[in-house]
Amino acid sequence: MQTMPIPRPPLVSFTVPMVAALGAFFGLFVGIANGSGILGLAIGAVAGAALAYGLASYVEDKRTGRLVTIAVFAIVGLILGGVAGLVVLAVIGFVLGWAVYWLDRGTYRSTIPPYAKSGEVLWHNTYKFICGLIFFFLIAPILTIIPLSFNAENFFTFTPEMLSFDPDGYSLKHYRDFFGTSDWQLALRNSLIIAPFATLISVSLGTLAAIGLSQTHVPFRRPIMAILISPMIVPLIISATGMFFFYSTLGNWLEANLGFSQSFVGYVKIILAHGVLGVPFVIITVTATLVGFDDSLTRASANMGAGPVRTFFKVQMPLILPGVISGGLFAFITSFDEVVVVLFVGAAAQKTLPWQMFIGLREQISPTILAVATILVVISILLLTTVELLRRRSERIRGMSPG
Amino acid sequence: MKLKTLMLMTGAAVAITPMAVAQDMADSMTIVSWGGAYQNSQQKAYAEPYMEMHPEVDIVWDESSNEAVAKLRAMNEAGNITWDLVDVVASDAIRLCDEGLAMEIDPDDLLAEAPDGTSAEDDFGDLLVSDCFIPQIVYSTTFGYRTDMVPEGVEPPDDICDVWDLETYPGQRSLEKRPINNMEWALLCDGVAKDEIYDVLETPEGQDRALAKLDEIKDEVVWWSAGADTPQLLADGEIFMGSTYNGRLFSVIEEQDQPVGMMWDAQVFDLDGWIIPAGLPEDRLARVKDFVNFATDTQRLADQAAYISYGPARKSSAPLVGEHAELGIPMGPHMPTAPENSENIFVYNYEFWADYRDDIDAKFQAWLAQ
Repeated sequence: MQTMPIPRPPLVSFTVPMVAALGAFFGLFVGIANGSGILGLAIGAVAGAALAYGLASYVEDKRTGRLVTIAVFAIVGLILGGVAGLVVLAVIGFVLGWAVYWLDRGTYRSTIPPYAKSGEVLWHNTYKFICGLIFFFLIAPILTIIPLSFNAENFFTFTPEMLSFDPDGYSLKHYRDFFGTSDWQLALRNSLIIAPFATLISVSLGTLAAIGLSQTHVPFRRPIMAILISPMIVPLIISATGMFFFYSTLGNWLEANLGFSQSFVGYVKIILAHGVLGVPFVIITVTATLVGFDDSLTRASANMGAGPVRTFFKVQMPLILPGVISGGLFAFITSFDEVVVVLFVGAAAQKTLPWQMFIGLREQISPTILAVATILVVISILLLTTVELLRRRSERIRGMSPG
Repeated sequence: MKLKTLMLMTGAAVAITPMAVAQDMADSMTIVSWGGAYQNSQQKAYAEPYMEMHPEVDIVWDESSNEAVAKLRAMNEAGNITWDLVDVVASDAIRLCDEGLAMEIDPDDLLAEAPDGTSAEDDFGDLLVSDCFIPQIVYSTTFGYRTDMVPEGVEPPDDICDVWDLETYPGQRSLEKRPINNMEWALLCDGVAKDEIYDVLETPEGQDRALAKLDEIKDEVVWWSAGADTPQLLADGEIFMGSTYNGRLFSVIEEQDQPVGMMWDAQVFDLDGWIIPAGLPEDRLARVKDFVNFATDTQRLADQAAYISYGPARKSSAPLVGEHAELGIPMGPHMPTAPENSENIFVYNYEFWADYRDDIDAKFQAWLAQ
């Protein structure tokens, strides 16, 4: 960024009050939790001010200063509030210790050009803070369920044992419940049957549709596009009601005329319904990749004697593959997460994971749902990481190969 | 290509199977119930023994009793009835029967006699509230309270009007988000005699009076809609007391070991049981009839009480009620019908609510939104 040394901001009129304010903010929360917000606020402010003055004036080495702060806060926390107090105050100590050096050494200006005025610096850091908050509010609800899923009780409650990190407050019983109950296993199996087939249908139909619709000579391109994308826009409950009646008739016909069994027809109905729901995602992502696709390649291919099918698989497909894969991923997740259409179209034999979670939440608030949610979060993270790694790998390989 | 071949092959394979084992009774049955501990008790007491006797039968459970009426209507309209046996509360059974969505039954023909030869009709007695309804259990809606939140030096609540006594028993209450039960309790605590409640509730003034009584605690009420809500709120300590089904409270107290007590005073009895959807194909109907005959006999109803604290609907089952299957505690004292629990009971009036439900619902919802 920049190499010019940043002047140290004034200690007493800048760093100390800022850290004091931050301390007061934390103090307010701790105070409210313990009965007196005002007292907490005051103690927090004094502690913050003292810390800022002490560290900035007497402890030159950042690392030592921060570690000492965390240790002191943790010990005070342990004395006042046991293990829970230790964790809370250690976190506060970490933030305060970091803030002192961040402010005092002028690091807060390091990513901004030196000519920026204080208002601009303030806005830049406020902006970063807001981004951090948005991130926090997106992630925090997902993170809270993870410790709760290890609850030893059968309720969605942080028990006192859990808060004091007593091993007795935690257990794997909800995970055992998930892997040991036939209901959950049936639901998992059904989801794993339905989602891949639905994805296959969405991806093949969606890709073809996107390629067709990107040709300029196709008549009524926009209306057709709008109709194909409508499952994403129409409220799901409306699609679901319509699908219920449509697929009931279709299912009855299949059973009566082709002699398929009820359960097989049940799967077919949901797979088709989910296939339809996934198509718009594939169309949108593939259309986006096709924008960058050079049509002279297909003409060149045709010129060299390749038929349209060969051209598609050998020339077009490899180039638009990233769009197809991410569309497929969306289609898979849509089917895997979908509950409304399944509730309408499916029969109990085709109960999927979201259905089982839905009824579990309504009839019996059991943390097994949280265990399942945790597993799904982990799987999603792994899935997305894998796809991203593959994408980078293919980009790297393509970047090295000629053409 | 591959997918198509695979699907065709699977289809063909599945299509062949039923022909090979074609017989009088269907081999698979979809039973609709409430999920949770209640469905578990049905699985243990009815379905598992039945499947032991008939290993070829496959039972699928659908936890849709809550919306059974709406779903049966839709299924009927679409001509695609996927359910074989549906567990509903008595009032829903009456509605389904009136609409012709449930099959009318002859108790003496369909259901087993009591061991002493009493006919099924006499054994179930008054509980056969509809021509389509096959009763299973008597359950009650009553209050549970946090024993550790009772103020010091005060007796635990034992009177329905303690719900309104915010001074002696501070803290939030949870009540069901519908007028049924709440209106009756409110009038009872407003000084109306028990046998005059439905006469008072018929009049708009009476309804306003009940709502005015509920107004006294409205600020302190958390409204619940699922049976699992009150147990969760009690376990969290968010409420001091709340109404729910007695079986849920039993589970919180005895199985989950939470500091919760039962109030029992002015508990409201209600019935739950089976209906068979109208218009089932022959083979499926034959299977369902066979299952129902087995699942509602005297011993099976008594067995269910080993898993959940609901009273069996047959008179002849009561003496057979034993111990909890896992905890080994006698279940008799936990039944809503036990004499010490049913000193002051309130009998829910189906006919009244069938006639006034829509009006009072609208009024209640408007009051809630105020």
